Amino acid sequence: MWTWESDILCVLVLLAWLVGSVYPQALSGPGLGPELLHHWNNSGYSVVSLQWISVRAPFLTTSWTLVALFSALVFHLSHKVTSIVPESALLIVLGLVLGGIVWAADHIASFTLTPTLFFFYLLPPIVLDAGYFMPNRLFFGNLGTILLYAVIGTIWNAATTGLSLYGVFLSGLMGELKIGLLDFLLFGSLIAAVDPVAVLAVFEEVHVNEVLFIIVFGESLLNDAVTVVLYNVFESFVTLGGDKVTGVDCVKGIVSFFVVSLGGTLVGVIFAFLLSLVTRFTKHVRIIEPGFVFVISYLSYLTSEMLSLSAILAITFCGICCQKYVKANISEQSATTVRYTMKMLASGSETIIFMFLGISAVDPLIWTWNTAFVLLTLVFISVYRAIGVVLQTWILNRYRMVQLETIDQVVMSYGGLRGAVAYALVVLLDEKKVKEKNLFVSTTLIVVFFTVIFQGLTIKPLVQWLKVKRSEEREPKLNEKLHGRAFDHILSAIEDISGQIGHNYLRDKWSNFDRKFLSKVLMRRSAQKSRDRILNVFHELNLKDAISYVAEGERRGSLAFIRSPSTDNMVNVDFSTPRPSTVEASVSYLLRENVSTVCLDMQSLEQRRRSIRDTEDMVTHHTLQQYLYKPRQEYKHLYSRHEITPNEDEKQDKEIFHRTMRKRLESFKSAKLGINQNKKAAKLYKRERAQKRRNSSIPNGKLPMENLAHNFVIKEKDFELSEPEEATNYEETSGGIEFLANVTKDVTSESGAGIDNPVFSPDEDLDPSILSRVPPWLSPGETVVPSQRARVQIPNSPSNFRRLTPFRLSNKSVDSFLLADGPEEQLQPTFPESTHM
Amino acid sequence: MGSRSSHAALIPDVDHIRRETGFSQASLLRLYHRFQALDREEKGFLSRLDLQQIGALAVNPLGDRIIDSFFPNGSQRVDFAGFARVLAHFRPVDEDDATIRDPKQPEPLNSRMNKLRFAFQLYDLDRDGKISRNEMLQVLRLMVGVQVTDEQLESITDRTVQEADEDGDGAVSFMEFTKSLEKMNIEQKMSIRILK
Repeated sequence: MWTWESDILCVLVLLAWLVGSVYPQALSGPGLGPELLHHWNNSGYSVVSLQWISVRAPFLTTSWTLVALFSALVFHLSHKVTSIVPESALLIVLGLVLGGIVWAADHIASFTLTPTLFFFYLLPPIVLDAGYFMPNRLFFGNLGTILLYAVIGTIWNAATTGLSLYGVFLSGLMGELKIGLLDFLLFGSLIAAVDPVAVLAVFEEVHVNEVLFIIVFGESLLNDAVTVVLYNVFESFVTLGGDKVTGVDCVKGIVSFFVVSLGGTLVGVIFAFLLSLVTRFTKHVRIIEPGFVFVISYLSYLTSEMLSLSAILAITFCGICCQKYVKANISEQSATTVRYTMKMLASGSETIIFMFLGISAVDPLIWTWNTAFVLLTLVFISVYRAIGVVLQTWILNRYRMVQLETIDQVVMSYGGLRGAVAYALVVLLDEKKVKEKNLFVSTTLIVVFFTVIFQGLTIKPLVQWLKVKRSEEREPKLNEKLHGRAFDHILSAIEDISGQIGHNYLRDKWSNFDRKFLSKVLMRRSAQKSRDRILNVFHELNLKDAISYVAEGERRGSLAFIRSPSTDNMVNVDFSTPRPSTVEASVSYLLRENVSTVCLDMQSLEQRRRSIRDTEDMVTHHTLQQYLYKPRQEYKHLYSRHEITPNEDEKQDKEIFHRTMRKRLESFKSAKLGINQNKKAAKLYKRERAQKRRNSSIPNGKLPMENLAHNFVIKEKDFELSEPEEATNYEETSGGIEFLANVTKDVTSESGAGIDNPVFSPDEDLDPSILSRVPPWLSPGETVVPSQRARVQIPNSPSNFRRLTPFRLSNKSVDSFLLADGPEEQLQPTFPESTHM
Repeated sequence: MGSRSSHAALIPDVDHIRRETGFSQASLLRLYHRFQALDREEKGFLSRLDLQQIGALAVNPLGDRIIDSFFPNGSQRVDFAGFARVLAHFRPVDEDDATIRDPKQPEPLNSRMNKLRFAFQLYDLDRDGKISRNEMLQVLRLMVGVQVTDEQLESITDRTVQEADEDGDGAVSFMEFTKSLEKMNIEQKMSIRILK
């Protein structure tokens, strides 16, 4: 089977080959490549090492890559270490060590992070990954704030840092340096930008709220345009010479900012459009489908680099804009391939970048020390970042609906990490024009190491400390825990109703436009249809039932249990594999039993009782902690470069969605048929039990129709009219392989979903007697009558539509019918907007 | 925006609603637009169906309960005044509120007590002023994943009720409910910043 491991393996090989094959060019860029090759040619090995020379560069690159990957592997062996020390910091240190070893052996800094290597091969995957997995809704919701920080904030940082350094330089504190004001501003502009790679590497470990995350993350991506422009402008000014810069040049600089940023964005959008369009027609070349995604996005990067526009913006927006259509168009397997390949390339690049940063630092040639300059740079960038954040936040908070609080501002200022972008830019400087290039390089390295290692190490404790300060430390009582969680849910529901977060005029306009035009052009017709959420959910539920059915069969070694009529078995068919938690519950039960043994020592009895209570408490708290549904704010995963989110939240959504729909349908039906609610609820419970039995004893579900059932059937036929056609369409998009793949995936995670729980189904005004839960198989009045629902549903299920019908066993599956039927007529709930824009 | 005030005048009974809910003019207007957006058939009121369309509520374990709280006493429609009244429970408590308010006037909707009462009535389905064991069980069932077995859930319910129940009647009265949460910062927890 085509699993993700084999995917990764293939791509890994591909990557090594790719990096290797491009490396000679990277070497021949501005760096020490040519000299090195020369050096090897001269050393007299030529006859023996002829092969070696031709293979040397890719071989070395691959080996280094392997080392980097191995180190990542080793770091992650112990989660304790990586949860305290960010991986980026570890990699830098490792790079320093390795560089040191190589240098000690060779006295040559053989391998450095060249700008070409960085900008052409390492950075694009990272940025593409960020764009492709960007939580769009959140991003565009906070776009104004992000832009302000990215543009004004970066300019502010650059200007203040540069000017302050110049001021100090004038005071003579730095001694003799051959630098002018423009050099300082140039330095300021390259050191000003917060680095997307470093920020993400650290912020992933620190769990901050989603708004804060997206602001810092978005800022680090978008400030590239500003950095590039400032850098280019000042570099050309330095080349021109300070006195020749005219006002016209300044105006040109400002204009070029808009050209670079908007142009880059435009290039990205155009390529995203192309990419979406292409994937619409790749149905017959599934194997190379993922290739298009990477090649076209990379082309957007190169194109905008060629036009000297902001390449980072181009590839970011290419990812952001295409994600929706590409994900809808390409097949499930291709989507998985794209997802894993992208994550692998991105985190691989990140690993390599940080390690090479460390290695690059081991080169005595570049080190020029100037204590005042280095220290003051560190101080200025931190202080001005903080000031800038506070000022901008103060302005923003007057307009924002969700205010940024003090803790957010602290994290934002402290999270302003600098990284490889700054380093690559500073290495690009021309030594002939910028006399103190080496000083700039060493200072940049120090700044990068300081921010990544020191701030990266301390930001997590800082956040925790700030948070702890706000909430007092006390084990919450059961009631508080439960109601607290309930309040969270209430709050998010009220937010949804009052619609102030999710509702936005522009977004409405956009999604209208998208639905009417863009999606029609860019999405396959089948994809447009399968976007019907209800159908999706329905499909998945069906699948899930089938899986749990099979899993149950496997667990028992045969499918005999299905036919067995004994009540004993029936009770057990709940599809839940034995779970430690059940054992825990019974432990507490056991403990309670034990108290009844004779014990005369009152004190010890008391103590025992207490300890039992404690254990029970622990168990209860634990269960609650683990299984209470999470409120929206907590469970929404944002973006992680290293993890592919396990869709916990989707599972939760599905569970609740399913439950809600079932309930709504019940009340809807009963309202229509005028059945007394209480009675119905009581019946329902029996019915479910009975039906389960029925289904299991008659697997193919052929039951005689009865009069009462007719009512239902007719009504439901109406609901179902449109379905079979759409269902076939849906199946067309998802091939048989995907079905298999899902089976393996789901067996472990979803096998517990079939628990039959009577408390879900009855309506609110529920008869309390049901809840006392006399098991129906014990109650004398109970006879095995074909349940109403079974009678209603089963004869009516078209076989082409539900190929899984004969397998259906749990009551849940019947409800998945209802689920699919009900909403169509009753309402069209848009499934939570998290997954699409 | 000059058009705001003229729009605000369109809201029926606006002054009365403002007094009752304490919303600012701008918030009220925003809510009114939302109300109109939800009311797709321009009926002038919302039905259950209108609220059930909100996708996110379908995946909120308490979503339907909250929808029900918009329709007290079995009514099938809610007008804007009622809509705003429910939302007003979640207005943040501002400091000057307490001082300015006339003691003779009823407590504002967003007071701690009223916030708690709102939550309480989501549990107390039969409106007898007590959360019975069954009512607690139902809420718990809504809020925990399907992995938790019924036995576990019942035991959790028992413990929760026991913990809060002071007079030993096996149910949680409103006073007991308040008491069990006295350490919690309800004012902050049950407020939405944007509902000024």
